[in-house]
Amino acid sequence: MMDSTNQHTVRAYGDELNQITADVARMGGLAEAQIADAIEAVSRRDEGLAQEVIARDAKLDELQREIERKVIRLIALRQPVATDLRRAVAAMKIATDLERTGDLARSVAKRSLSLVEVEPLAPLTRSIERMGKLVAKRMKTVLDAYTSAEVAGALDVWSHDDDIDEHYNALFRELLTYMMADPRTITSCAHLLFMAKNLERIGDHATNIAEMIHFEVTGGELELSRPRQGATDPVRSTEDPS
Amino acid sequence: MIDTRPTLGPAAQGQGESPGLIKLRTRGVNVFYGDKQALKDVSLDMADRAVTALIGPSGCGKSTFLRCLNRMNDTIQGARVEGVIELDGEDVNARSVDPVALRARVGMVFQRPNPFPKSIFENVAYGPRIHGLTQSKAELADVVEQALRRAGLWDEVADRLDQSGSSLSGGQQQRLVIARAIAVDPEVILMDEPCSALDPIATARIEELIDELRRQYCIVIVTHSMAQAARVSQQTAFFHMGQIIEIGRTEDLFTNPREQRTLDYITGRFG
Amino acid sequence: MTDRPDHRAAVARRLKQRHAAERRFRLYGLLAIGIAVAFLALLLGRIIEQGHSAFVTHSITLAVPVDASRVDPAYPQGANYDQMAAEALMARLGVDASDPINGRAARDLLSPDMGFQILAQVREDPALIGQTLTIDAPVGDDADLYFKGEISPDTPQDQRSLTDQQIAWLDRLQADGVVESHFNTGLFTRSDSTQPETAGLLGAIVGSALMLMVTALLSIPIGVLAAVYLEEFAPKNRLTEIIEVNINNLAAVPSIVYGLLGLAVFIGWMGLPRSSPLVGGTVLSLMAMPTVIIATRAALKAVPPSIRDAALALGASRTQTVFSHVLPLAMPGIMTGSIISMAHALGETAPLLMIGMVSFVPGVPEGILAASSALPTQIFIWENAAEAAFHERTAAAILVLLVFMIVMNAVAIVLRRRLERRW
Repeated sequence: MMDSTNQHTVRAYGDELNQITADVARMGGLAEAQIADAIEAVSRRDEGLAQEVIARDAKLDELQREIERKVIRLIALRQPVATDLRRAVAAMKIATDLERTGDLARSVAKRSLSLVEVEPLAPLTRSIERMGKLVAKRMKTVLDAYTSAEVAGALDVWSHDDDIDEHYNALFRELLTYMMADPRTITSCAHLLFMAKNLERIGDHATNIAEMIHFEVTGGELELSRPRQGATDPVRSTEDPS
Repeated sequence: MIDTRPTLGPAAQGQGESPGLIKLRTRGVNVFYGDKQALKDVSLDMADRAVTALIGPSGCGKSTFLRCLNRMNDTIQGARVEGVIELDGEDVNARSVDPVALRARVGMVFQRPNPFPKSIFENVAYGPRIHGLTQSKAELADVVEQALRRAGLWDEVADRLDQSGSSLSGGQQQRLVIARAIAVDPEVILMDEPCSALDPIATARIEELIDELRRQYCIVIVTHSMAQAARVSQQTAFFHMGQIIEIGRTEDLFTNPREQRTLDYITGRFG
Repeated sequence: MTDRPDHRAAVARRLKQRHAAERRFRLYGLLAIGIAVAFLALLLGRIIEQGHSAFVTHSITLAVPVDASRVDPAYPQGANYDQMAAEALMARLGVDASDPINGRAARDLLSPDMGFQILAQVREDPALIGQTLTIDAPVGDDADLYFKGEISPDTPQDQRSLTDQQIAWLDRLQADGVVESHFNTGLFTRSDSTQPETAGLLGAIVGSALMLMVTALLSIPIGVLAAVYLEEFAPKNRLTEIIEVNINNLAAVPSIVYGLLGLAVFIGWMGLPRSSPLVGGTVLSLMAMPTVIIATRAALKAVPPSIRDAALALGASRTQTVFSHVLPLAMPGIMTGSIISMAHALGETAPLLMIGMVSFVPGVPEGILAASSALPTQIFIWENAAEAAFHERTAAAILVLLVFMIVMNAVAIVLRRRLERRW
């Protein structure tokens, strides 16, 4: 695997590339914070925190637009090739994934506001919290791998996507059980179900980011068949169910 | 009516990196070679401390326009220049302006490196010498060294200043020629396809040099390569058949040009 | 796609014809070169054959008693030293000196140079009068030809210039060992003379050299500057076109016209001394100038315009550009052109004939205003002389002239190679 550690002859070009990578890293940090805060808002039933998460999402959108603009400018003006081109393209796609992640975290925060109005369902909330922490950890691992341009961390995340799916499937069954047992909990469980779905989608985005990292560093694609799990897993939709 | 207002906003003087005020101003320039009209009603402003690129297909008049800026068209028999061409507000074609003095303020680098068949030192020293810029030999040697350093050539030739200029490689020769031009401390540097005779690595080095030089000079570069114009300039003007079709900030022109002809040219839809 | 095999067959057929045509053309070329070289070889061969013998000469050593009774110490040049030398010769041969036929025969075998040498020695040291001087002098021109084998005893006596008796004497002298042959240094150290055995090229060489100097000093600076002006400074309009055409035509004008010009203007109107290297040089410089101008313009045109552009763009004035950059680069071409024009001028004869450099000049010219001859005219003079011995000397002079021209051309070529610079 080749890398480009020599500096560009035209320094400004190298600076622009590095700036884009730094912007993506910053966006990643912000997304991580959104996920963590959304989960905490759910578990602590904190309205204020939830509102913060909702408001902060605009910043993520703005960052994504800026990164996109910078990448297009770089491609138009610098005509990058090989590693530089993959880096730029990967950055743009990862930014998109991070923006969607932000949207999903916002959605979780919005639903937590609805949950605050009803009785807490402690065991379910704890399950959500566990799943959320796992997803957050995955996202952190993959973003660390991005910053250090290191494939191992990305592969780790990519191959363990099924863990998150398992959590989702387990939560799904748990919620179904609850809803069948006590119809009064249907509203809460429905919210919780959607939250679980959002978290699972975040996990997918982390896997996407892992694939992008692999593409950026090696230039090759990961095996097309991503690890799947669970007969109960419905057909993936790309729409945000919020 | 093309919008000729400067597209690079003036910045406070002395900020170094950002473009400055308008250095060269042209309005309604027409150039005739005998009966043939090479430039028609060209108006373009070029800012100080910035690179303006002139692009367009072969024979569209960009080199002709460049040569108007330092009155090199005077050396061509039968060439007639009309219109307003101002450097720092004064008309360069006025009777009171001596072309020799003008060319000390507006330097030029050509397509094929053309060092004089003299030593490297003599090449760079020639300009300061004929304009009487230095008082002593030591001062002259100092000027030569500074110019070579700024052109990024000093380290490579410091130990062989008395060797012939033509013993250098193409890329080095072009940097020598640039050193020669900046040794007279000009205000503007004109470059007529400076990299077209060079390989990609030499080209990249010249482009980095241009990037450094633009912090101090007003640079106008004619180039056949749109990619180069995109890499190197802050403002780009597209010429076609002797006229300017569009002027704009480089990143706007290459991502979203206003004119259809510009779009067709830069996407390679007409040649 | 279906035409392809027919295509190839057609090409193959034509190919044979084309190759044959190529070979034929090569043959024609070789034939043409062969003919040219053959003529050249023939010409040179003839000249060398005729002239090589002139580089060798025979001289005789004779003891001549200077009869004091016949020499007036106050007026030594009044005595007839040739007679004394002839008597010494006859005494040596054991021949009756009183017979006038013998006397003339003996005189013919000797050169007047012997008498001049005796006179010179006696003048310098009058004490020698009455002494016997040993003189080493060239033999007479016919004797010299006989020794070289040009005069054969087999031809009938009335058809040759030496009698049988003279031949017998010469054989005896040679057998006695008083005759020796050596390189004819006199050819290069003496000037023209009525006697072939004492005739040399020195005067002509000096005359040619002085003339060339004048030609060079006049035609090269004026020609080069004129060419520089026309090429670099003059506006390209009708007038300069006319001038250019006229210069090209001048280069083709027959040289004798320049001679007439020289006669009418320099000698007739300006009153410059006839036959002088000054007039010769001026006339030849007029002839050489168009060639110098054309060669200089070609050399200037060969300098790439990028050099001029570079200098002008730096703020050099027109004059600075031309003199600091263009001219130095064009110098090899200019020098070559000038040297070749000089080489041509060296060999021009017709104009020199018109201005009179064809007269008999016995000494070395003192300066550019003195009467002199030149190498080509000297050849002309000797060719028209009566004595048979001048025949070989004419050919020798031609060889000397050819050598000069070859050397000058070689110098031009070497200079061009050395000074050619890449830019």
